[in-house]
Amino acid sequence: MPRWRWWLIAMLVLAVAIAAGYFPVLKRNLRLSAQAPAKSEEQVRRELTQPAASNVGEPVGKAKLFWSAGARDGSLMPVTVDLPLPHDPVLRAKQVLNTLLAGPVDAELRTLPPDAVLLAFYLLPDGTGVADFSEALATATPSGIQSEQLAVDSITKSLEANVPQIRWLKILIHGQEVDTLAGHLDLTRTFLVNARAVAMPVRPVAADDSREAAPSPVSGSAPVKSPALGARKPAPAQKLTPANPPGKLAPTERKP
Amino acid sequence: MWLESGSVFAQSPVTAAVTQAAPPAQSPTSVPSPSSTNAAAASKAAQAPAASSPRSSPSIVVLDPGHGGTDPGARGTGGIRESEVVMDFTAQTKTALEALGFQVMLTRQGNENPSFDDRSAIANAQRGAVFVTLHVASTGFPGTVRVYVMSDLAGANDTTGLIPWERAQAPFLPLSRRFGDLVQSFLSQRFKGSPRTAQVAAVRQLRTTAAPAIAVEVSSVAVDDRGQLDRMAPGVADAIARGASAFRPSYVVATNPGERP
Repeated sequence: MPRWRWWLIAMLVLAVAIAAGYFPVLKRNLRLSAQAPAKSEEQVRRELTQPAASNVGEPVGKAKLFWSAGARDGSLMPVTVDLPLPHDPVLRAKQVLNTLLAGPVDAELRTLPPDAVLLAFYLLPDGTGVADFSEALATATPSGIQSEQLAVDSITKSLEANVPQIRWLKILIHGQEVDTLAGHLDLTRTFLVNARAVAMPVRPVAADDSREAAPSPVSGSAPVKSPALGARKPAPAQKLTPANPPGKLAPTERKP
Repeated sequence: MWLESGSVFAQSPVTAAVTQAAPPAQSPTSVPSPSSTNAAAASKAAQAPAASSPRSSPSIVVLDPGHGGTDPGARGTGGIRESEVVMDFTAQTKTALEALGFQVMLTRQGNENPSFDDRSAIANAQRGAVFVTLHVASTGFPGTVRVYVMSDLAGANDTTGLIPWERAQAPFLPLSRRFGDLVQSFLSQRFKGSPRTAQVAAVRQLRTTAAPAIAVEVSSVAVDDRGQLDRMAPGVADAIARGASAFRPSYVVATNPGERP
């Protein structure tokens, strides 16, 4: 038999031996992947909608997040976590809210449903933050005054503790203003976050740059989808904090 | 939609389930319904109840069993539905209130689901009514009951004596707080672990109610046995009735147009 045939046979035997050794590993991996839960539509959407991590290089700071104090407790408990905290208030708010949505280690202490996603966050010049969540926030939050209040309180308190520029919070569901969160809590209003919120720095505006002087969102350049927001009165350029708190984002003047 | 402060107007004619209560006297007086986001609501005529004797104490309690119809409210794993449980609580509360001489109106009698505004309209059509909306939570320690009153609302800064429908609760917040604290104090005596004073929350149903208004929430639909909730009903009913009775002297109904509570 020619020598090259011996080499060929030897290599074939070696390949079969390696394949035989790898077969149990392959089988185990297949079994594990079959046991893993399939991704829900909401999770897939979350992966698609989440922007790439933009906090590389951001300083890591101590963030105070508010989760439930107990599974049946109606109060909140502050938990300090290490987070990259950007200086930009919008990025900072997104970071805080996404971490809040990711939930605590103990799932029973969650205040927000696991499938809920922060779709967008805007900050208006008067200090009103607009948080746009996916529909899961409304459909998966347990129905009840206590549970709904706890969900909103965890959001507002976490923002108050970490983003000092936010004075008020408006919650939208999939870009729309809705009547209630899960049947009880009024979402047509804005929620007070921090009455002592610091004013946003004002960029000098050229006299002929009227478009920039309009009260467009300071950050998060996409327009707010809610038609109610479009009716908002322009805020004075030099007075970013209103003397009177807005009851709603669309304070329609009503006169008899 | 606007309401005249001091005297209260119905937003729309609704089919209220009235028990022992005389319907509000009809008056041709109508209030303007200027720019409203709800065109249907804006087109509804409003009618004023006739002025009664000067200053009287409230004798009408509007009970609102939450949810109903296609909205079951909170649902427990054992199949307990909030919309059904609150009907039983409402029936027992109605009996307890009537025993103390109150006239009781229900916002729904069966498995229907009136809108928030339609429920508020029933209370807003009465002079000097108080409003109680009943709920069962998904969470909380079983066997506890909490009373909620509306959180702060921006007041109506008009000079016309009208209250915007969207913030109808604003002038009544102090009264609601007092009413809520009274009911909660009776509940805390009966149900250990319940708070001693009323909580504050932005409850949608309360916002458009132009009357002292509270939400009572029982915990919870998460119990294994519906009987646990049913056994709480007499205690909850008694506490609400006693709270309403104790509140009655402190709520003097204004009868002069423009006079706020």
